[in-house]
Amino acid sequence: MSTIYILWLRQLKRYVRSRSRIIGSLGQPILFLLSLGYGFGPIFQRAGQGNYLEFLAPGIIGMSIIFTSIFSGMEIIWDRQFGFLKETLVAPVSRFNIMIGRTLGGATVATFQGIIVFVIAVIAGFRPYHWGMVPGAILMMLLVSLLFTALGTAVASLLEDMQGFQLIINFLVMPMFFLSGALFPLQGLPAAIDIIARIDPLSYGVDGFRALLVNTSHFGLVQDIGILGIVTAAFLLIGSYFFSRIQV
Amino acid sequence: MNIIEVKNLIKKFGNELIAVDDVSFDVQRGEIFAFLGPNGAGKSTTIKMLTTLLHPTGGSIRLNDHDPAREADAVRHSFGIVFQDPSLDDELTAYENMEFHGVLYSVPKATRRERIEQLLKFVELWDRKDDLVKQFSGGMKRRLEIARGLLHHPKILFLDEPTLGLDPQTRNHMWNYLKELNTKEGITIFFTTHYMEEADRIAQRIAIIDHGKIIASGTPEELKSQAGKETLEEAFLSFTGKTIREESGGGLDSMRQHRRMWTRR
Ligand SMILES: Nc1ncnc2c1ncn2[C@@H]1O[C@H](COP(=O)(O)OP(=O)(O)OP(=O)(O)O)[C@@H](O)[C@H]1O
Ligand SMILES: [Mg+2]
Repeated sequence: MSTIYILWLRQLKRYVRSRSRIIGSLGQPILFLLSLGYGFGPIFQRAGQGNYLEFLAPGIIGMSIIFTSIFSGMEIIWDRQFGFLKETLVAPVSRFNIMIGRTLGGATVATFQGIIVFVIAVIAGFRPYHWGMVPGAILMMLLVSLLFTALGTAVASLLEDMQGFQLIINFLVMPMFFLSGALFPLQGLPAAIDIIARIDPLSYGVDGFRALLVNTSHFGLVQDIGILGIVTAAFLLIGSYFFSRIQV
Repeated sequence: MNIIEVKNLIKKFGNELIAVDDVSFDVQRGEIFAFLGPNGAGKSTTIKMLTTLLHPTGGSIRLNDHDPAREADAVRHSFGIVFQDPSLDDELTAYENMEFHGVLYSVPKATRRERIEQLLKFVELWDRKDDLVKQFSGGMKRRLEIARGLLHHPKILFLDEPTLGLDPQTRNHMWNYLKELNTKEGITIFFTTHYMEEADRIAQRIAIIDHGKIIASGTPEELKSQAGKETLEEAFLSFTGKTIREESGGGLDSMRQHRRMWTRR
């Protein structure tokens, strides 16, 4: 337990200390929220879909979480390059626990980031339909964060150095974000996109945020939680398997 | 009573490069053992296999009666290591790096606090304990690595060029401390170094590896008389030849680093 805690604490300390990273990672969600929110708002309204900011805010929370989580998971590559990874790999602690500690730390950071984006959205005019549901939404953020941090860890365990990073961002994270229904409703999409959106775990995360924050849902909250739970468990297992096989 | 038994150990990287080529040796419990060899000889690669970081291509290892490849957890409970390359977290303070290590190795809190203070004072970093490691000089980082390696008292301590880049005062100081640990607690010490006088003075037994093969072994005196030389350095040179290794481990490492840097775009 104390080993998981110290690994968790390390991730948090690193996050809190890198102020430029916090600010940098908030720029993108704010930009999306303001430009898309205010820019597409009128069109969205005219199309009879209601308030776009209300629709968009949960999607941007999802965006900030997927980027932060994958990034945290992939910090393993940095640790490998700076050598610190060796220190944890030879310690008399099961690699499963090490992976769990890191993942919990990364997920906490990503959840934090999600909460900050939520606050920014509120400042921009977003209102949850019921404040009592906000704690539930935060738990949902934690679940989604765990899922993607575990995914980041799994992927990073397979990469030797930074070269693959850009590839992962462009061919995995970006598509997952854009096709998740974070920016547009999933109703009435062409079949191909609909199928991709259904495979994309972020779709269920964003849908869950909407269910809890604005009381609209495409899949239904139960299905969201069920699928996210299963996928998270699977990614944790896959991630810890790959992590346990790392050689340096 | 061998604490390390290595038989016909092989490590290949890719198809051509045989970094460790059919190496066998034993280290006795409580012994101070030096593993010497020119750059790129295969020392660090052997240590990585002993310490569960790399899987051997062939051969067998017993470390404290366990197999690093199959019983990694049991093996990891028996050793401590100071790596040749950096392994500190730059974003944490010196104290936090020590604390992190102590918790990972389940050193009880009271002992942990006490030893951290003692060791940081020992390597003269106590007044810098709350500074981030990224603000340290190379030698200070090295000293912190060593202090961290001594925080828990394992059965075997691996030191891969521990004295690299340290001033003579610190080196002496460190070896005295290690010898005391060795006599008082019976900790087996397995180290590599390029300072021959250091090996001569400290090691009870030595193995010399070159091009992945062990070419000589014995006590420092035996090696000197085998080679018919006065000093260990001369003996070492007569065993390994005078040519400079084109693929120096360090050189290759930094080349790999460069390649990464250039291709990062
Ligand atoms: N990860 C790796 N991939 C490919 N080759 C490697 C790798 N690690 C080591 N080698 C090669 O294996 C050989 C042995 O390297 P090793 O690091 O064990 O040498 P060493 O004896 O520790 O040398 P030094 O005194 O320079 O530290 C070298 O030729 C090196 O280039
Ligand atoms: Mg080496």
